[in-house]
Amino acid sequence: MSLRIVVTVKYVPDATGDRHFADDLTVDRDDVDGLLSELDEYAVEQALQISENSDDDVEVTVLTVGPEDAKDALRKALSMGADKAIHVEDDDLHGTDAIGTSLVLAKAIEKAGYDLVISGMASTDGTMGIVPALVAERLGVPQITLLSEVSVEGGTITGRRDNDAASETLEASLPAVVSVTDQSGEARYPSFKGIMAAKKKPVESWDLSDLEIEADEVGLEGAYTKVDAANERPARTAGTIVKDEGEGGKQLAEFLAGQKFI
Amino acid sequence: MAEVLVYVDHVDGAVRKPTLELLTLARRIGEPVAVALGNGAGDTAAVLAEHGAVKVLTHEASEYAEYLVVPKVDALQAAVEQVSPAAVLVPSSAEAKEVAARLALRIGSGIITDAVDVEAGEEGPVATQSVFAASFTTKSRVVKGTPVITVKPNSASVEAAPAAGTVEALSVTFSEKATGTKVTGRTARESTGRPELTEAAIVVSGGRGVNGAENFGLIEALADSLGAAVGASRAAVDAGWYPHTNQVGQTGKSVSPQLYIANGISGAIQHRAGMQTSKTIVAINKDAEAPIFDLVDYGVVGDLFDVVPQLTEEIKTRKG
Ligand SMILES: Cc1cc2nc3c(=O)[nH]c(=O)nc-3n(C[C@H](O)[C@H](O)[C@H](O)COP(=O)(O)OP(=O)(O)OC[C@H]3O[C@@H](n4cnc5c(N)ncnc54)[C@H](O)[C@@H]3O)c2cc1C
Ligand SMILES: Nc1ncnc2c1ncn2[C@@H]1O[C@H](COP(=O)(O)O)[C@@H](O)[C@H]1O
Repeated sequence: MSLRIVVTVKYVPDATGDRHFADDLTVDRDDVDGLLSELDEYAVEQALQISENSDDDVEVTVLTVGPEDAKDALRKALSMGADKAIHVEDDDLHGTDAIGTSLVLAKAIEKAGYDLVISGMASTDGTMGIVPALVAERLGVPQITLLSEVSVEGGTITGRRDNDAASETLEASLPAVVSVTDQSGEARYPSFKGIMAAKKKPVESWDLSDLEIEADEVGLEGAYTKVDAANERPARTAGTIVKDEGEGGKQLAEFLAGQKFI
Repeated sequence: MAEVLVYVDHVDGAVRKPTLELLTLARRIGEPVAVALGNGAGDTAAVLAEHGAVKVLTHEASEYAEYLVVPKVDALQAAVEQVSPAAVLVPSSAEAKEVAARLALRIGSGIITDAVDVEAGEEGPVATQSVFAASFTTKSRVVKGTPVITVKPNSASVEAAPAAGTVEALSVTFSEKATGTKVTGRTARESTGRPELTEAAIVVSGGRGVNGAENFGLIEALADSLGAAVGASRAAVDAGWYPHTNQVGQTGKSVSPQLYIANGISGAIQHRAGMQTSKTIVAINKDAEAPIFDLVDYGVVGDLFDVVPQLTEEIKTRKG
């Protein structure tokens, strides 16, 4: 038997950089260095572990929808150990929202062929955490998401999902869409060998016409939502900072009392 | 007047506070019609009526607890078809966000997640979001279909606004996909007796500086003196000192209390992402250069092992 895993990974502006918006109110991707969203490293890691723990013939494909530079994210995933990569890139994709992104991902996943899709819990720029659910809805397969533990055995996938009120164990049949949290296990660092090997791994490029998607279904024009304004939050007014000389706790209590918290 | 659907987050009939906040926001746009699903759905009506629900659509079925997400999408879709609302408001819990997303896709609508405010606008509801770790505030609209908006806890006040709250049974036919993901086990989280982290008015958090699970007692004692919830940084959670359910930040809970007290937390961007919108921020940290001090209204540079117990004592004394 063989198992085809597609891992969806996003290329995002570095969260520790000075992120901001471009003039058209889309996320500015030029002024801040980009990288493979850290939360998607966990998805790559789980795909590799499933592959390593399986007797089947497993193929791990990483898929991204994003601009030219998004290739960096694919390279990183390949150097961690993924087998091949698909890059969906098209000028008309600029400004695509979550609904549109899920359309492109679903069409690309179908074209690639899959038994299992693994996503991150959320992108570190949009932080919506809904794309995996949307992809599952579009593909018409079970979603088994936000897992902190995951395993695949035969045609069955099981996992643990920690909700607000309870911790749940879940089960679904393949094909399915999984998303994993940062509690699922540390992601590995690419080895030197992995980095060298990644340079030779295949990266396919697809555009919208390859996926039979019309330009007006995606991009800013096709978006279902519109950002009317984006304003930098005013810096918080500088607070009072005191050095503890033995009375720090009492001084703080005095402040809290003044604010009516005590 | 237009009707606005409000998805009810409840535990066996006990309505959680963020849903009551949604009713306040919904009343700005139209008449709130609540949708309550699963065990105890009928018991939610009284409190929803007190806070403005003109109607409460209920449906009880074991599927809601036995299968993940999709049964709820089926029900919410049935409600949308019955009511033809001006908007659908959903609390921003992890599960409800997934439900909202699939609903939006099915009804051909756009979705906005994690709003911190919703107002009526000339071209439909306008949602305010706090993005890039709360360094920007955006105003957005859904421009296609019925706006589906998920709203974070603590985004509005809970207001009494008595309305009819007429209970009506919602008729739901589950789709073929409803049983795709089975819930094979559920372990309820033990209650600590402290307020829910995302709903608490005060949050007291500990980070790597707390230096050990055994020392979290200090943080809990401070929290209890204020009736607060306890939070933790990822460093403290990864070290195994405190449960992941209490993690504050990008991959934990996002909180927006009246008062946030950070103890031994440096203030990394991913931590700030989950607490930067707190009204008043206080920090205790022995490093005067820690980035958390850029955010504070009041900061104490000092050893938390000295400052926290003194603070707790002083609070207890003042409260008598
Ligand atoms: C994708 C991703 C997601 C993440 N998500 C989260 C998240 O959700 N939440 C989160 O918190 N982090 C998150 N992080 C991690 C984040 O980057 C930081 O590593 C983490 O917040 C640091 O925790 P800390 O402040 O407790 O530890 P540190 O950064 O080590 O800071 C400890 C602080 O304690 C002070 N201190 C030490 N001893 C004492 C003492 N005795 N008295 C007073 N002060 C003392 C030190 O001066 C220091 O400032 C994420 C990272 C990534 C990459
Ligand atoms: N442009 C994209 N390309 C590939 N995967 C994506 C993209 N956007 C989102 N995803 C996947 O969907 C997950 C959740 O994203 P989001 O709903 O945007 O928070 C991410 O962790 C990725 O696995």
